[in-house]
Amino acid sequence: MSKEAPKQAVQTTGHAWDGDLQEFNNPLPRWWLWGFYATVVFALVYWLLFPAWPVGKTYTKGILNEITYTDAKGQEISTHWNTRSLLAKEMQESRAQQQQYVAQLQDAGYREIRADQKKNEFAYSMAKVLFADNCAACHQGGGAGVIGHYPNLADDAWLWGGTYGQIETTIREGHMGFMPAFEDGLTEQELDDVALYVLAKSGEKVAGEQMQRGAEIFNGETGGCHYCHTKEANGMTSMGSANLTDHIWTIADVPGKSDLASKKDAVKQVIRNGVSRKMPAWKDRLSDIEIRMLTFYVHQLGGGK
Amino acid sequence: MTQETYQARVPIFPRSVKGRFRFLKYAILFLAYGIYFSLPWIPWERSNAPDQIVLFDLVGRHFYIFDLVVYAQDIFWLAGFLVVGALLLFFVTGIAGRVFCGYFCFQTLWTDVFMWIERQVQGERNARIRLAEAPLSPAKAFKFLLTHLLWLCVALATGLTFTLYWGYAPDIVHQLITGTAPFPAYATTLFLTLTTYVMAGLAREQVCTYMCPYARFQGVMFDSDTLVVAYDDKRGEQECGRCKPARGLKDRDERHRKGYGDCIDCGYCVQVCPMGIDIRNGLQYQCTSCALCVDACDTIMDSINYPRGLIRYSSENALSGKPTRIFKLKNIGYGFATVLTIALLVWSITTRSLVEMAVRQIRQPISVTLADGREQNRYEIKINNKTSETVHYRFGLQGLDGAELALDGSTKLEIAPESSVQFVTLVRLSPRDVRESRSRFQFVLQPISEAVAEPESWDAVFYVPANRLTPIQ
Repeated sequence: MSKEAPKQAVQTTGHAWDGDLQEFNNPLPRWWLWGFYATVVFALVYWLLFPAWPVGKTYTKGILNEITYTDAKGQEISTHWNTRSLLAKEMQESRAQQQQYVAQLQDAGYREIRADQKKNEFAYSMAKVLFADNCAACHQGGGAGVIGHYPNLADDAWLWGGTYGQIETTIREGHMGFMPAFEDGLTEQELDDVALYVLAKSGEKVAGEQMQRGAEIFNGETGGCHYCHTKEANGMTSMGSANLTDHIWTIADVPGKSDLASKKDAVKQVIRNGVSRKMPAWKDRLSDIEIRMLTFYVHQLGGGK
Repeated sequence: MTQETYQARVPIFPRSVKGRFRFLKYAILFLAYGIYFSLPWIPWERSNAPDQIVLFDLVGRHFYIFDLVVYAQDIFWLAGFLVVGALLLFFVTGIAGRVFCGYFCFQTLWTDVFMWIERQVQGERNARIRLAEAPLSPAKAFKFLLTHLLWLCVALATGLTFTLYWGYAPDIVHQLITGTAPFPAYATTLFLTLTTYVMAGLAREQVCTYMCPYARFQGVMFDSDTLVVAYDDKRGEQECGRCKPARGLKDRDERHRKGYGDCIDCGYCVQVCPMGIDIRNGLQYQCTSCALCVDACDTIMDSINYPRGLIRYSSENALSGKPTRIFKLKNIGYGFATVLTIALLVWSITTRSLVEMAVRQIRQPISVTLADGREQNRYEIKINNKTSETVHYRFGLQGLDGAELALDGSTKLEIAPESSVQFVTLVRLSPRDVRESRSRFQFVLQPISEAVAEPESWDAVFYVPANRLTPIQ
């Protein structure tokens, strides 16, 4: 019975200062001590097996810890264990895992992907990342575009055509969007007239007299606008000329202006200075499947054709 | 007195005891073991998961508990369950002390089983003490090895059973034996085997005194009215203290006349204590309220024809002759909070929706102007079918007059059991049809199949930029 007794007593280290100032000693249990020793042993084993100590300009590499992976160039690399290689190895593994889904899309047509719920979901999530990595720098996240610079891909107008085939060609080959500057070709009055005519085409109320003069410039030889934009001002997808009769403005910020005068100025500015835009070709930068997935994504952004 | 910085465990050799509380504890032990070890083996018919009554499918992110299927997004129920558990613990502790520790805690249950094995192999307390002090001999080695071997068997069964909850039990057992089980199955089994062996076999009461956080903070729930296992100091000691029943001190009246208490200092209460404390020193933090000393003392009191209850469940107030108050703000508060959280949890589980839709408006761009002048908003829709049948819906919208719904597919949806679909939908509307920038409307799922009869709707907002709105004349 007395076995338990020492456990209850108040223990001190035996030191006493100023007569009665004593140091308590509440001993740790033995298992705790062994637990602490175990962490020390763990550290020693760790130092042996993993990169650990700096030695001059290098460091201890550890033993028995070779890691092998295939890098982006297809070269097989073997090195001592390190987190950078581990990441490369894990990315290689996840690429292989992703491949089984990609393989299903490899030969699938656009309509087939669209109809199949699972393929649709995978294509969407894969292309969303590709779009953010490659396209969003200009076209913005979600394809919002920037008025005056990069077309909005989320609306239902397609400068170069909105079918799957046309979109794929656009991404693959790139495009040059060009409209000559009319700075020298038209007078200030003529620029005013043709700008008002263009605004009238998309629903603005403009006086008949100015409309008439603008139409003559647009459809006649003075401006020659109809060569590209057609007499109906519908534009042509074969050369990327904009449809001027709809509510969409990709260069002149008409929706951002409140009164007719400033809308006219915005349009005039475009006619005076012309347009020169370039989208690069992606056939050498992206793989075939990546281009096709992007096509699928861009197509459904605005509801597709 | 000097002492080492580290202290070896002082071995405790608890003696066995029979009595009311011992019986109750065995009953709870059988019940708990019965449930724990049999649950993974009870079949329960399921259409698209293994027929197991409780199954935690981590890979498929589905927890199957009887007919309840818990999805990853319902995991807050686990938080609710834990809150209920904590509040119930507080409530019970406030009134009746460490009931959980003494009767229900798995450390207590498993240690009980391990001590039972120890006693079957090595004998009663005195025999075990003698064996421990005896020099090493083949007999001693055999008894020790047998004890540890049996402990390891129980530990292995415990670890294995835990692993079985996370997959289809027969498959896992087969895989474990044939060496084809996934690594986590081996790791879990091994880890729990070792911890069970170490905690219940070697560390025992040290788990409660050094490791368990609850054992340390439960004291704050205690007050003078809390039930504790207590030694009736007044009755046991009287004026002259306890003493052995020597000649002239055997009869109770005789003892009382001479000023001695009812405690005959037999030491049985100390010998049975699994924590190795003497309850007669008053309430101690080591005491788990296992009540074995109550049984021990009652046995002795019965044998010498003294009234029972020298050691009993009592409160500090009751011992000093004051009334014990159960209905006080603290207890009522704990009780109310417990009932409230249980009600909330039950409400949340019983009213769970079997189909869920998440609507996320794509905000970049939030709205675009179309060629014909209408505005277009895009929404990412995710629909989750929580039933175990395939369901068919027609997807549509309501509350937005003149709006057109455009889908890159069919509005007829077929969703496989316990899975989800995700798609993007476009909504087009003329700005002339709305007065405000933000118009509330609902996406609707109209059931086509029988499984879900009610149409379900979810709120969404259609946004039109202010400068595209028709100015109010």
